[in-house]
Amino acid sequence: MTLDRRNFMKAALGGTAAATVAVALPPNKAQARDNKSMPPKAVGLLFDSTLCIGCKACVNSCKDANGMPAEFSTPDKLWDTPLDLSGKTLNVIKSYAEGTSDVKDREGNGYAFVKKSCLHCVDPSCVSACPVTAMTKDPESGIVSYDADKCIGCRYCVAACPFGVPRFQYDTATPRIQKCQLCKQHLASTDAERKYKFAACAQVCPTGATLFGPVELLKAEAQRRLELEAGSAAVYPRGQIETPFPAHEKPAPDYKKRIYGDKEIGGTQMLLLAGVSFGKLGYPDLPEQSYAAKSESLQHSLYGGMILPLVALAGLAFAIKRTAGAHKNEEGE
Amino acid sequence: MKAQPIGGRLVSPVTLVLTVLILLAAFFGAQRFLFGFNSVANINDGFPWGIWIAWDVVIGTGLACGGFALALLVYIANQNQYHPLMRPALLASVFGYTLGGISVIFDLGRYWNFWHILFPTYQQYGSVMVEVALCVTAYIIVLWIEFSPVLAEKFGWPGVKKFTGKWMFLFIALGVLLPTMHQSSLGSLLIVYGQQIHPLWQTMLLPLLFLLSAVAMGYAVVVFEACVSTAGFKRKIDHELPLIASLSKIMAWLLVAFIVIRLGDIVARGAFAAMFTSGVKSFMFWVEMTLYALPVAMLLSPSVKRDAKIYFLAACSMLLAAVLYRIDAYLVGYETGPGWNYFPAVPEIMITIGIVAFEILGYIVFVRFFPVLPGHGPDKAH
Repeated sequence: MTLDRRNFMKAALGGTAAATVAVALPPNKAQARDNKSMPPKAVGLLFDSTLCIGCKACVNSCKDANGMPAEFSTPDKLWDTPLDLSGKTLNVIKSYAEGTSDVKDREGNGYAFVKKSCLHCVDPSCVSACPVTAMTKDPESGIVSYDADKCIGCRYCVAACPFGVPRFQYDTATPRIQKCQLCKQHLASTDAERKYKFAACAQVCPTGATLFGPVELLKAEAQRRLELEAGSAAVYPRGQIETPFPAHEKPAPDYKKRIYGDKEIGGTQMLLLAGVSFGKLGYPDLPEQSYAAKSESLQHSLYGGMILPLVALAGLAFAIKRTAGAHKNEEGE
Repeated sequence: MKAQPIGGRLVSPVTLVLTVLILLAAFFGAQRFLFGFNSVANINDGFPWGIWIAWDVVIGTGLACGGFALALLVYIANQNQYHPLMRPALLASVFGYTLGGISVIFDLGRYWNFWHILFPTYQQYGSVMVEVALCVTAYIIVLWIEFSPVLAEKFGWPGVKKFTGKWMFLFIALGVLLPTMHQSSLGSLLIVYGQQIHPLWQTMLLPLLFLLSAVAMGYAVVVFEACVSTAGFKRKIDHELPLIASLSKIMAWLLVAFIVIRLGDIVARGAFAAMFTSGVKSFMFWVEMTLYALPVAMLLSPSVKRDAKIYFLAACSMLLAAVLYRIDAYLVGYETGPGWNYFPAVPEIMITIGIVAFEILGYIVFVRFFPVLPGHGPDKAH
């Protein structure tokens, strides 16, 4: 029995159509996965752009707390001046400036500061992308950390992160990925005399623009701020939210009514508030479904339990054994 | 017609040039391993994957799909007349995949850990890359097994021939299944990038489109190779021409399917406007589409007189189309934010060229010494 070309075309088109349907249909319930949920003891940061004065104490303390080298961008090389996250820098403050830059936290002729560091996504793309579990999310604290001993240096995490956070070292023969790990080494330490007791960026922030604590409390605090009337007297806790340093007092700003990180790709453990729109601060609009869930749902519906591939293999082997026999007869071998 | 070694001299201007290119690549490769990526490549945190991934692996393995595409036809559709094209196609696949796999080492920053990706205690099964790595590795082994009868004929290993003869149906089945899996996954790799891939390329149909582009590349390479190797080794193409003619017709319909699915998907996702409003990206999209449409016109239009030249041109256009589709998806359509750009550095390109040169040199050496090409020696008239 041989297929003529017309039958082959039919089969090929049929196969293409079937594959299209299989790929295009929403993956079935058992294999599709939803966004992951917030870990029980999730800790994170609340960054309030309207409180940030751009002093970069957090940039400096981050280097100190994590033993990272200085990065020079001026010819005299006198002090650490990182321009962006990099293989040497885990946290930077960037600025937005428009027109005459007269008024802080205003879009037109205004300016604003913004923090760039790992958002510790609830369902991180980097963890989903990493082929060798070098990038992991702690099931309790939710901190996303990196293990160089496992890493193969493929940089899929760098490419996948929608915030451009993990960075790679391109200037050494033994490169690593670098990213903020929320000072987990200081959180875990029991030395009462230690210099940093929680995330260094929050500990040194003079205005409370960066605040450390359980995500649940940080979210409630963010909500409280959004409900403040612009111009009214307000207090802002500094350091960490559970046992804060003396508070910072300042009239409430005119916030954009949005907590960035509340819903974006399934939520993040760093939350942001700002007086200018987040797009202008380099934080993109993102859907609520995590890209990790999207990618893994597709993979699991195609390869879950290797059932589809094994069925396909059996079918192919059968078809080939039959035709190979036929060919042998034709060739008279 | 039985395959035979074509013999002839090894040292020629072509093989010498290839050797020089390989040595140059070795020099730059040594630099990369001693001093890091920056010493030879322009990849950066905005474009962490450059041509060493987009070309060497994503396109390199696509170009090596000739064995896969022909196996589909010869064994699944039972079109045995294509069998004479099988061995040369398989040889190109063996080299393409083996070198694609090895070239990954250049791109892995922490290459001494590369084995982690094949080791269950490290593997993270949510990662598309694990599937790609396992599948490609398995396929390289399968390709060498599929190709082993050629070696067995040359060296006279009856045991090998007996074993492969008995189990070949299983290896051929794997040889169809594994590329189906990882060639589609090369598309799936991009899904987790989300909005960083432009809407003209980001779709849940990426795996299907990448699979179709792999088959198109496979067929096109077979035709391309048949034409080039007959010219290069001064053999006559008459023997292969009828096969190429019917092969090309099938390809044309495959391209039609690709174009329909691609356009339909863009419209269905509401990205219609992006075909015209995204500057360079829209332009590249139309170049891609034109290259896909041209061979359809050449191969199906009743007014075109089809000869060897037309089949060759159609194959070239098809190859460029699929290559461009993959480059666009991985590099042109990839955007991580303002301020990032990427164009490969000269040493970076030289490493890629060296790998291709190694492939071509290997092909030349193999067909001279091993029974690969259908047996009709050099044309005496030349």
